[in-house]
Amino acid sequence: MMDDFNKTSKDLRRLIINKAYECGQSTHLGGALSMVDIMCVLYSKFLKFKPDEPKFEDRDIFILSKGHTVLGYLATLYHFKYFSKEVFDTFQVNGSKFIAHPIKNLDYGIESSNGSLGQGVSYASGMALGFKKREKENRVFVMMGDGECNEGSVWEAAQLSSEMQLNNLIVIVDKNDYRNDGSTAYDKSDLKLENMWSAFGWNTISINGHNFDEILDAFNNALNSETKPTAIIASTIKGKGISFMESNNDWHHNRITESVYEQCLVEMEKM
Amino acid sequence: MQINKKIAKMWSRMGPRAVYGKIMSDIAHKNEDILLMSADLGRSSGLASFYQTYPDRFVNTGIAEQNMIGVAAGLTRLNYNVFASTFAPFASMRAAEQVRMNMGYMEEPIKLIALGSGLSMGFLGNSHFGLEDVAVMKTIHNLTIISPADCIELYKTLDALVNYNSPVYVRLTGAVNCPVVYEDDYSFEIGQPIWIIPQSDINVISTGTTVGHAKKAVEKLNEEGYSIGLLNIHTIKPIAEEFVKDVLSTSKKIFIFEEHTRVGGLRSSIYDIIVDNAIQGLDVVSHTLPDSYLETGEYDYLINLYGLDALGIEKVIRESINEK
Repeated sequence: MMDDFNKTSKDLRRLIINKAYECGQSTHLGGALSMVDIMCVLYSKFLKFKPDEPKFEDRDIFILSKGHTVLGYLATLYHFKYFSKEVFDTFQVNGSKFIAHPIKNLDYGIESSNGSLGQGVSYASGMALGFKKREKENRVFVMMGDGECNEGSVWEAAQLSSEMQLNNLIVIVDKNDYRNDGSTAYDKSDLKLENMWSAFGWNTISINGHNFDEILDAFNNALNSETKPTAIIASTIKGKGISFMESNNDWHHNRITESVYEQCLVEMEKM
Repeated sequence: MQINKKIAKMWSRMGPRAVYGKIMSDIAHKNEDILLMSADLGRSSGLASFYQTYPDRFVNTGIAEQNMIGVAAGLTRLNYNVFASTFAPFASMRAAEQVRMNMGYMEEPIKLIALGSGLSMGFLGNSHFGLEDVAVMKTIHNLTIISPADCIELYKTLDALVNYNSPVYVRLTGAVNCPVVYEDDYSFEIGQPIWIIPQSDINVISTGTTVGHAKKAVEKLNEEGYSIGLLNIHTIKPIAEEFVKDVLSTSKKIFIFEEHTRVGGLRSSIYDIIVDNAIQGLDVVSHTLPDSYLETGEYDYLINLYGLDALGIEKVIRESINEK
């Protein structure tokens, strides 16, 4: 299984880099690469979905709250056969629906439009509450950023989800330690994301977001939570996989030029 | 529901906010897919007994309007028919971007009920007034905006919204002892303006509970021998452009009254139609709230102060007509 994860995550990273280069535009590479290993395990092992029947009623829901890392999301959806290469190739082409943030498209497995940070947990918790009210078993997964946790609306949603005991809601915080302008405040003071989510009554799990064993355990733990919603605080490396992009915030949003791409090819060869 | 004079009178005494709670509870009682939401203002909007009877069908998000819109959007995905209410400035401005993303961009068909808009929050003051909400909400594409003229029209609006699968912002103005516009049942269609007093050369255009005050003013003037029509534009967006264009083109003089600042409300929509269609030779007088923070006091005091009660409206019309 670990070999499969390794293979899938390498494939996702190659898809991201190649597509970022091919589109010729700046893309949010750092955050797309940091979440890859979690996306790989989630889509390989936990999320219930059927690309050939994308709207099937018992599917689980995935919401990319940190919408700007859409390239990591589209690479995942493409890898798991939600759409053809021709469709994937429209990424950041003028007039395309595949832009720098997700646009809701249930046929392609995109459950919500995002781009304005801090709104994904509210929407997801509404769906999680709806599933409970309808007495359905579906689960709702949200991928968000640590920088995104700055948004106050996140904590409005965190409070209510806890109060409503939405144990079918699992939030993954891709804690890559950076936001647009530099490092996030968390860990630099007594402000710890783990403490914050725990204080809001969430089942909180801290993991290395690049360790497949830990990711597996975290999801298993989350799905066994009896009453609490779960927050998985996944420590990751922004730009993971390409040495010169790792923890280098110049790659938060940037363009891969031809010479940079040649370096990427060397690194991807070694992955 | 049997609409008659007695009900109109009773609801008028209660005022739109309490009547919203009453009507909505009755409608939701009959329809299991309706969920009511509030950001900790259920009790202030007449929903307390519904909440006690159906705790599973009422979601109080706490004092968190942004989250209320997001959660409401998620619930619509499970085919719940969600009516979410809070005071107008919090619905339209505190949560404006959530309204834009969820109701505008994603078109999740939430019914957002803005309670206590205009000046109706009285002594609670400008933090609670809905002075600019129409202007803000009008900028959000895909949103329908409805402002009922009285409590009967509020009932007709909510009844129509049960089967309306698009996002809506409902603006409630007025307080207790709200003027009665309708005493019998009538045909209400979202988007379709209604002549309360038949069209004439001189016509008054209004929306929300200002229509009721304008009705009293126009009736008085017409008794004196004037001939003035009164049009209720309950649906501010999308405005019935062809209908209004026709009214503007066939009128000599138009008065616009609304309980909203002069920026971006019904007045602006009417002016847009005049400009876009190059309507010439029409005399237009508009009277709105000033673009400013306003005095505070009892509702009746405030609408009198700002000339939006029957006396103020009558004065504006009379002085303007007699100018020439």
